[in-house]
Amino acid sequence: MQKKENQEVENRPDNTAFTQQRLPAWQPILSAGIVIPLFVLVGLAFIGIGVALFVTSRNLHVLEVWKNNLLWLNMALYVFFSPQGPVFFYYGLTNYFQNQRAYGVSKDYNQLSGDLDYFTFFFSIVPDSTCKPYRYDVNNKPIVPCGSLANSMFNDTFNLYQMKNGVKEEVPLDGKGISWWTDYNIKYRNPSVNPLRNAFNGTVKPLYWSKPAYELDPTDTANNGFINQDFLVWMRRSALPNFRKLYRRITDGLPAGNYSLEISYNYPVIAFDGKKKVAFSNVSWMGGKNEFLGIAYLVIGSLCLVMSVVMLIIYAKFKFPEED
Amino acid sequence: PTMNTCCAVLLEMGWKVKANDRAYHQLPEFQKKVFLCIKKSRYSGNAIKTYKYNALTFIPLNLYEQFKRVANVYFLALLILQIIPDITTLPWYTTLIPLVVVLGITAIKDLVDDLARHRMDKEINNRKTEVLLDGRFESAKWRDVQVGDVVRLKKNDFIPADILMLSSSNPNSLCYVETAELDGFDPLTLNCVGLTGLIECEEPNNRLDKFIGTMLWNRERYPLDLDNMLLRGCKIRNTDVCHGLVIFAGADTKIMKNGGKTRFKRTKIDELMNYMVYTIFALLVLVAAGLAIGHTFWYDQIGAKAWYLFDGKGYSASHRGFLSFWGYIIVLNTMVPISLYVSVEVIRLGQSKFINWDLQMYYADKDTPAKARTTTLNEQLGQIEYIFSDKTGTLTQNIMQFKKCTIAGRSYADLSARVFQPVDWSWNRYADKMFQFMDHSLVATVRSGKDKDAMEFFKLLSLCHTVMVDEDMVYQAASPDEGALVTAARNFGYVFLNRTQDTITIQEGDKENSYEMLALLDFNSDRKRMSIILRFPDGRIRLYCKGADTVIYERLSAESKHTKSTQTALDIFANETLRTLCLCYKDISAGEYEAWERRHKEAQVVLADRDAALDRVYEDIEKNLMLIGATAIEDKLQDGVPETIAKLAKADIKIWVLTGDKKETAENIGYSCSLLTDDMQIHYGEDVKSVPLTTRRVQPQSNRPGKRKPADPFFTQTGKNALIITGGWLNEILYEKKKKRRRLRLRRLGRRLPPSSPQDGQPMNDWEKEQRQVDFVDMACECEAVICCRVTPKQKANVVSLVKKYKKAVTLSIGDGANDVNMIKTADIGVGISGQEGMQAVMSSDYAFAQFRYLERLLLVHGRWSYIRMCKFLRFFFFKNFAFTLVHFWFSFFSGYSSQVNWFITLYNLCYSSLPVLLVGLLDQDVNDKLSLRFPKLYLPGQQGSLFNYKNFFISLFHGIFVSLIIFFIPYGAFLQTMGQDGEAPSDYQSFAVVTASSLIFIVNLQISLDTSYWTFVNCFAVLGSIAIYFGIMFDIHSAGIHVIFPAYFTFTGAASNALRQPYLWLTIVLTVGISLLPVICIQFLSKTIWPSVGDQVRSRREEKAPAFQRGRRSRRSGYAFSHSQGYADLISSGRSIRRKPTGRAGLQQSIREVPHAENI
Repeated sequence: MQKKENQEVENRPDNTAFTQQRLPAWQPILSAGIVIPLFVLVGLAFIGIGVALFVTSRNLHVLEVWKNNLLWLNMALYVFFSPQGPVFFYYGLTNYFQNQRAYGVSKDYNQLSGDLDYFTFFFSIVPDSTCKPYRYDVNNKPIVPCGSLANSMFNDTFNLYQMKNGVKEEVPLDGKGISWWTDYNIKYRNPSVNPLRNAFNGTVKPLYWSKPAYELDPTDTANNGFINQDFLVWMRRSALPNFRKLYRRITDGLPAGNYSLEISYNYPVIAFDGKKKVAFSNVSWMGGKNEFLGIAYLVIGSLCLVMSVVMLIIYAKFKFPEED
Repeated sequence: PTMNTCCAVLLEMGWKVKANDRAYHQLPEFQKKVFLCIKKSRYSGNAIKTYKYNALTFIPLNLYEQFKRVANVYFLALLILQIIPDITTLPWYTTLIPLVVVLGITAIKDLVDDLARHRMDKEINNRKTEVLLDGRFESAKWRDVQVGDVVRLKKNDFIPADILMLSSSNPNSLCYVETAELDGFDPLTLNCVGLTGLIECEEPNNRLDKFIGTMLWNRERYPLDLDNMLLRGCKIRNTDVCHGLVIFAGADTKIMKNGGKTRFKRTKIDELMNYMVYTIFALLVLVAAGLAIGHTFWYDQIGAKAWYLFDGKGYSASHRGFLSFWGYIIVLNTMVPISLYVSVEVIRLGQSKFINWDLQMYYADKDTPAKARTTTLNEQLGQIEYIFSDKTGTLTQNIMQFKKCTIAGRSYADLSARVFQPVDWSWNRYADKMFQFMDHSLVATVRSGKDKDAMEFFKLLSLCHTVMVDEDMVYQAASPDEGALVTAARNFGYVFLNRTQDTITIQEGDKENSYEMLALLDFNSDRKRMSIILRFPDGRIRLYCKGADTVIYERLSAESKHTKSTQTALDIFANETLRTLCLCYKDISAGEYEAWERRHKEAQVVLADRDAALDRVYEDIEKNLMLIGATAIEDKLQDGVPETIAKLAKADIKIWVLTGDKKETAENIGYSCSLLTDDMQIHYGEDVKSVPLTTRRVQPQSNRPGKRKPADPFFTQTGKNALIITGGWLNEILYEKKKKRRRLRLRRLGRRLPPSSPQDGQPMNDWEKEQRQVDFVDMACECEAVICCRVTPKQKANVVSLVKKYKKAVTLSIGDGANDVNMIKTADIGVGISGQEGMQAVMSSDYAFAQFRYLERLLLVHGRWSYIRMCKFLRFFFFKNFAFTLVHFWFSFFSGYSSQVNWFITLYNLCYSSLPVLLVGLLDQDVNDKLSLRFPKLYLPGQQGSLFNYKNFFISLFHGIFVSLIIFFIPYGAFLQTMGQDGEAPSDYQSFAVVTASSLIFIVNLQISLDTSYWTFVNCFAVLGSIAIYFGIMFDIHSAGIHVIFPAYFTFTGAASNALRQPYLWLTIVLTVGISLLPVICIQFLSKTIWPSVGDQVRSRREEKAPAFQRGRRSRRSGYAFSHSQGYADLISSGRSIRRKPTGRAGLQQSIREVPHAENI
């Protein structure tokens, strides 16, 4: 009999909160008591953030200089701000599509991480086929570093002089640590061959380069080859077709005054209707000068406040007459 | 059937079975070609195989099955596109991984299903039965049973194959299978061992209601029909042993022929979803084409001049445009989400499980849980507009109970008596303990023996019937009503003991009396009464008659007393929806009887119109009757039926009852289950036939162009309407095919029929026929309730398909028996009542549960939830993929229309955003089950399909476009000219990607949080988990370690850490998320305030109490009803199955065993 009873309830479903869909739950409703205060709070918060951003941005200084198409150029600058701390020196390009897919993937990461196996011609497998057409030279010698991205590296150089009483005094430009720490220390590695040039035996330099990779900065082994800071900055490609890239850091800042910028103009931009520029800027906790975000915050914050009032009015209109 | 008909049918029969001769069935003439020259017997063995795969075929077959789906083929095509180097924009793994996961999940599900089938097959094939081998019955496994074997079955055995019943241990050679009783073969009862008969019958088919064959044995042919067959899968009941001959085995059996070919049902949402996927696909092609054209121009203007982009391929701009088209198709493929189908399946599976698990749909008495047999239809349950219900077994229990009576003007067991203690029957050893009666005074009256009327009343009940009895004192009645009446008499001390061809023996008090039965004037639907003429032991001749009040009252003698008071009682009974019968008697003098008997004998041999002649003779004697009283029988409803129907009606679900019963019965039940109420105007099909159909036909042209107003009235009166129609009337509407074919043939011969007048009810052509059907459906759908009586299974299905066809409505059929199978299969959703009769209804159903009342919960709770969940899921799913994919679209304008990539695409749908929305699809409840049930109006959005349609789709689309715009352009504005806090320019591609991706993840997960109305810890966990997983995986992929191991694949080294340590980028993310979500909150709040939905109202007033359910008062109606048309009179008078047996065996508890419910007691 006992057994039979057990069989009787054999098919009985489990009585658990989950199977019976009775899990303890919180069922929030978008009630006026939540929504309207939320909008007020968010509005106030956004306005606060917006003001902070806007004010910070206002206090930042940026000096942008567009270059014309002269090859050698001495440019007179008047810096009318003298910010504290380091000032950053950028070069910029416009109408330059570093974000093109085929261009962006045209590199061999194995090669760039210093793997010597990828420095050789090996059954048309290495270097990576994405490097085409900058993969081999006419003699089937592998190009190192291969690919369009490396090949088109920006190669203008700049020198900045402060005009002090008619005397040109060179401003020291610090090129250390201008790339990402991870790029410099992890992603890009030189082959562990000493001297570095031996590693490049049997390879050729990129077609558009004036000197091979191991001569990018012969003065400093920590800034040579694939871990050259300028190379790293270039290789970190930009998301948008108008971009700036960091060129140097001016550690001591730029006191107001007259300056002269000497540019060795190598990089052709006329062909693709591009322009070059240089920019000097100081930074704050929010980075460089940019008023967009501050203004956007202010606008959205104000809208939130306006909407909270509108909602309150509509809510009152639709709820309370009924209860009267 | 006569020999002639047998032989005529014989010509078509190709199935030959020889008893006890296995070798015969292997003869070459019975071989069929299977494959090339391999031949096999056309008789299948009894082993069944329902599984699809075995170890070897699983992978190829399953893949083949899966690639039949368009979605999978689409993704395979994408994969192939990605392998082409010129086109590929995404690495191959971005498509391969999701495809493999999707295929894998489906394959695992299929595998589990198939393993279950393997197990089932094995279990069934290894069941034991007894087979006659070498002259002895030996135990054998089902799989070893072969065609032509004789098997012996015992009580409660499952029937292993389709078997011709040869004999049974029951005295009447009846064998009970669930409720259907079957005739055995009397002549063959004894000798199964030497049986060498040859059966010729129809080929195996799936008609459960038809079987034709002949048996050749001892040089004689015997006709066979379905009544001789025991079908596989049924259970033997009430029969100790029976023998049978296997006719169809294994795959040839009717149930197997039925099982495999279930029509594939799809939900409305499925169709809608498919159209939307096509829409998205078209959109995708358009977008890709637009971007490709953009790329062509860009290349022409800029790209060609950009020396740094030189790729040495020398393609022309338009060629590049062409390639980039395919590239965009690949990149934007996430618009057509691969995971959609799998997620939908998972959600449906979950919903089905919840249905299976629901304790409130579990019927403890029978240990039957609800079962979702189809897992793909759940959300359709939330959209039902029409329910087609069977009556017997579904609405009613098919149990008749003698509830009340009126004897000589005095009513017994009236409610006013207020006695709630049932009568104790212990004084009566024959009493059926299950029988309950509330009025003690009647027992006392009968036992005292003083009240002649009361004694006469029960004597009549014990004598005037066609019930048969076996030696266990088990009554077998043609109709449950009769059974109930005879059982009542038995309990009151008038025990029907046995009958022969011409006597009936009853026990009256202590005495046993035999009455000579002179004539039995059987019941039929025109006469609405039955009479019996008896010669009492003392020689008196008396006629007892019982019948409908209307019929009886016409025939009462003028001296008859109590007519008024009985009529009052009848009215009261009818109002309580009890079925009533009037009882009366008449004394006949010997001379009178002899005269009548002569005429009777003459009528019996009349050749032409014998039935009418007999009826006239019956009419002669059934007059001047003396009224004794009336009985009131309750056709017991299933539990909770009236409440369920009232609730469903409130949810605007129209309920049609389709029954084979008579009009009166059906109407009666309609009232008792509150389908019909007193404020309804009842229309009968016959009455409205000519009126609306013809008047409407006058003006169809003027009506046609404009949309027909829903209020275009057939019924001009305001208020509720109900329609009661019969099968015969329906036939005119549905219009038999045969007639049409004949008409077509005639027309082809050039003999045009003269146009028939509208009055003759024959539609003239197809248009008119269709118009007629439209009219019918329109008219019927205007009614709150429709009852179709006297309909055949086929007509039931036809009615369902008519409504489906002309109303485009979602229909549900519910039934319990084999006659409902057709309708269950036709409707969008078929529900079977399980644990009752045979399993045929359940086998062909999509959902099965034990009680009609669970339908309320299935629809109003599970259906509603499933619908809302699925809609929410789909809306959100489309939104999230639009928001995701279109970011690429905007970016394209700034990247020279070149498509971009990363791991994110692969993982977005799989890990980062799928779980919370999946959980919403599984668990969300806008209001809980109690409120869903309390406010049936909450069901309406489902019927209107208002939660997911093209409007919602485009809202999702625009929402997605809006969010993608924000996600792209806020970072764009913030990034355009800026640098990081340490002076490095953060506007690099990877940081940009990290910011947009993080914004997207936050927005999508917070948006689903907004949409979640039922927050369990699981949801919470999923939302937080998704965000955490996103950051976890991102930091992993961007970590130094993984780059060192796979330098070529994981190239985002440091991007996350570099980007996310800058407050500026976080502020960008916060702003992006804020702008995306705040307008949504605002709009939701405003729309809720200005146009609150029913659900919103319910949610905001959770605490309010619902008004108590009230029953309306009912008006006076005639309650006459009788469930079956004809009794066993033929059988009784033929004397074939009536044997004398020793009387006086007692101590039995059950009398009526015909009803399946009695089994488990």
